[in-house]
Amino acid sequence: MAALILAHHQTSPAERLKDAAAVAFIALLLGIPMIGLLTVDQGGALRIATRWPALFAFVAACFVGRLVLRYALDQWRARQLARDQADTPAKEVSLATNPLLNWIGWVALGVSVALPIVFAENRYVVDTATTVLIYVMLGWGLNVVVGLAGLLDLGYVAFYAVGAYTYGLLSTQFGWGFWSALPVAGAITASFGVLLGWPTLRLRGDYLAIVTLGFGEIIRIILVNWTELSGGPNGIASIPRPSFFGLPFKPPGDDPTFASFFGLEYATHQRIVFLYYLILVLALLTNLFVSRMRRLPIGRAWEAMREDEIACKAMGINARNVKLSAFAIGAMLGGFAGVFFAARQGFISPESFTFSESAIILAIVVLGGMGSQLGVVLASLVLVLLPELGRDFAEYRMLLFGAAMILIMIWKPGGILSHREPTLRYFANGGRR
Amino acid sequence: MTAPAPLLSVEHLTMRFGGLLAIDDLSLDVAARKITGVIGPNGAGKTTFFNCLTGFYKPTIGSVRLNHPQRGVLRLEALASHQVARSAQVVRTFQNIRLFPQMTVLENLIVAQHNALQHASRFSLAGLLGLPAYRRAEAAAMAKAVGWLERLKLIEKADTPAGALPYGMQRRIEIARALCVDPLLLCLDEPAAGLNPRESAELNELLKHLSRDEGIAILLIEHDMSVVMNVSDHLCVLNYGRKIAEGTPAQIQKDPNVIKAYLGEEDADEMRADELRADEAIDQEAVR
Amino acid sequence: MALALQQLINGLTLGAVYGLIAIGYTMVYGIIGMINFAHGDIYMVSAFIAVTVFTLLAGFGISSVPLSLLVVLLVAVFFTSIYGWTVERTAYRPLRGSTRLAPLISAIGMSIFLQNMVQLTQGARVKPIAPVLVGGIDVLTVDGFTVRLAYSQILIVVVTVTLMTGFTWLITKTSFGRQQRSCEQDRLMTSLLGINVDRTISLTFMLGAALAAVAGVMVTVYYGVVDFFIGFVAGIKAFTAAVLGGIGSLPGAMLGGLLIGLIEAFWAAYLSAEYKDVATFTILIVVLMFRPSGLLGRPEVEKV
Repeated sequence: MAALILAHHQTSPAERLKDAAAVAFIALLLGIPMIGLLTVDQGGALRIATRWPALFAFVAACFVGRLVLRYALDQWRARQLARDQADTPAKEVSLATNPLLNWIGWVALGVSVALPIVFAENRYVVDTATTVLIYVMLGWGLNVVVGLAGLLDLGYVAFYAVGAYTYGLLSTQFGWGFWSALPVAGAITASFGVLLGWPTLRLRGDYLAIVTLGFGEIIRIILVNWTELSGGPNGIASIPRPSFFGLPFKPPGDDPTFASFFGLEYATHQRIVFLYYLILVLALLTNLFVSRMRRLPIGRAWEAMREDEIACKAMGINARNVKLSAFAIGAMLGGFAGVFFAARQGFISPESFTFSESAIILAIVVLGGMGSQLGVVLASLVLVLLPELGRDFAEYRMLLFGAAMILIMIWKPGGILSHREPTLRYFANGGRR
Repeated sequence: MTAPAPLLSVEHLTMRFGGLLAIDDLSLDVAARKITGVIGPNGAGKTTFFNCLTGFYKPTIGSVRLNHPQRGVLRLEALASHQVARSAQVVRTFQNIRLFPQMTVLENLIVAQHNALQHASRFSLAGLLGLPAYRRAEAAAMAKAVGWLERLKLIEKADTPAGALPYGMQRRIEIARALCVDPLLLCLDEPAAGLNPRESAELNELLKHLSRDEGIAILLIEHDMSVVMNVSDHLCVLNYGRKIAEGTPAQIQKDPNVIKAYLGEEDADEMRADELRADEAIDQEAVR
Repeated sequence: MALALQQLINGLTLGAVYGLIAIGYTMVYGIIGMINFAHGDIYMVSAFIAVTVFTLLAGFGISSVPLSLLVVLLVAVFFTSIYGWTVERTAYRPLRGSTRLAPLISAIGMSIFLQNMVQLTQGARVKPIAPVLVGGIDVLTVDGFTVRLAYSQILIVVVTVTLMTGFTWLITKTSFGRQQRSCEQDRLMTSLLGINVDRTISLTFMLGAALAAVAGVMVTVYYGVVDFFIGFVAGIKAFTAAVLGGIGSLPGAMLGGLLIGLIEAFWAAYLSAEYKDVATFTILIVVLMFRPSGLLGRPEVEKV
């Protein structure tokens, strides 16, 4: 019986060849203008060059690749089918928390705390890990807006930029320190969040997307052109680094420094490690804050708003306040990340705040699984490390990055972790409370 | 004895969409602690009437007054939809169920108590810190939700995402969620649609219980005559946006205008037979 | 006055190009409800194909402007439609029926992929081509300022008007147009009626790509330079145009395109060239505040 059904689903080798040939033909058509032909600049005038061998290789690769993929897919489906028939009883929807996820979370925390100790001498690893954590923090912030409240924001980088420039200006113009600037920058970006949220309250879905995208571009264009304020395309340089409770990371001098106070020998990696732990703490606080908010009335209202705005209104929930609070809190968290970014780099310019940055942060939230905190971590790891690992073949890394975004989405359309954990339970994990 | 002042009085309500007159000069009183049924053929303007009551549409002309026992007379037509639920405690359900499908049943009922909880959480600060006052409010909200879930036989599904449950259960969840808002007036838009006979019999019992024992006034749009005729204390019939009849179920069943609206002129004779059967059904119900 | 007239001409030309690209956004949005972020890059691919074919033709010694234009248009439309088809088939079709955001992320990935593919295969440098269509008509001269209507501008406006007319006919009068519109209304019902929905969607993508291809050729003729990044900017402008006009509405896309072209031209001439994009987006936000469905979009009546 099973064999019969399997035979039905199995494509014949001839069919597979035909299918692969069709794919190769499309590849040939796609390849002719882009790979086969090439225009080269010769003394100001263009000339045509050809790359037929490369085109042939591309078409052949598509042919073979399709054959293999098709074969693998068929095998996988056949096995899937056989398994489905083996255990017919319908699977109960699992309501219990997945203990594995909790476990992964704790391991991730342990690894991130131990990382700079293990890689104390490897500046590159600690630096990259810091970058990952910045994206984790941004992802958690945007998760409030997109994942929880369901408001599609394509201009999140604007808040990151406002936070960074607020610290950049406060510190270089008015001599503010990192810790005093942090809350002020948070308040300013939160008001920018409200400023963006206000005109978009009535907009739905994709209209909101283009308006937020436009908002992000407006902020960037202003930063590029308002030279007196922002330094224009040159940005702001020599932004002071954060200190350790007033002790700067500097070579020994007149004032006490971190190294002299603790009787250590001065080394640059002290600052790198300090910055790493700083963003780790900020990110963990963000996580704690967002998970806590999610379990509060406002957090539940965000999610309810995502599910059905009209039903929310019928329950007496003020949709305006709920949306604005999501925008404000998401923006504030982005602003905090921006302050840290400015303090870590010591230099900021509009180039760091382009649309592609927004796209990457959004991709982290969606790839991670909307609303999932741990998913954001996994997606940030993938999206930051992928281009880093690709440095050896630097030319192809962004190409592969784009392809990976498509493939992950097709593989897991709901994101890597799409499980939603209820904010409260009646039955304590399976048993009666 | 004079009649008590009505809970809700609708006067000269008119709703116009461009050239279409969806509701035409409708006046209606809804008594406290009673079930008022609104029936009429498809497109008669019943749901539009609900939308005008609950702030989703602004009526073109007319007024909707609610006698709130604590807050005095409230003009519903001037309130935004969330204020209708929050200040006037007029809560509705939807013809095509509108739950929060990915949230659990319990969460759906907790979201309905948002305003009380949000107030207790003091702009989320008390909530973030986990202060006792907030914890008490949360426990009270939980108790209320669990209470309704138990009474509506939904407690076993408390932790299941609402969207994953069968249709009849989703209807009950929507009613339970509306009850968590502490309604003075509960507006139900076709609560029996898609229910099987056993489920609609249970619905009848629930509605009677809510109006008699809980003191909640109910405004009911329904096509299922076994529900409307059985539970309604008072009936209002709409056709083409106009009120064509009003009275007790028994009066409505004999009203020639209603028969005409539902069946057309020629079928009026056949209706006599149906009417007899409906009378029998009510008698049997009374015997039981 | 003369300056205003010149900017009117320039704005209309630019707007026509935006409008052509915007139609692709609007049609795809109408039929599968997604923002095809890679659409701007499809237009960029077409511009590169145009550069290649113009160079090829020049190499063959073909100097007749109408002939080479025609050949380039046909070749670019052909290859670009295949790109449009492939993008839909590989990146979007597997995600049909999943969440609203999944295809959006896939589209952003596709946009990154196409940009980098072109950068890798054709080089990152700006490509200048020999002017194809030179000259123009001097309309009038006021105080030493000559208002000039270039032949390429006439070409763009004429081609756009022709395409729009043909396209309106295609959508309103032909069997494909009816299928396309019925897919927009209800995809499931359409498939129950025996219409191949997948094929209709594929054709929609190819048509959108074909219009973007025409826009790409026109821009190559008009500006004479292309680079791998032009798709992003034009894509965002065209998408803004589609939303401004009311996404899902074909005349809306054209109107939005023209408005944005005019806003840019006039803002750049009279106020500041640096802030012209700020003006565009600000006007978009203001319009949407008062008309949440855009200028010609059907106002979305919330069914309660």
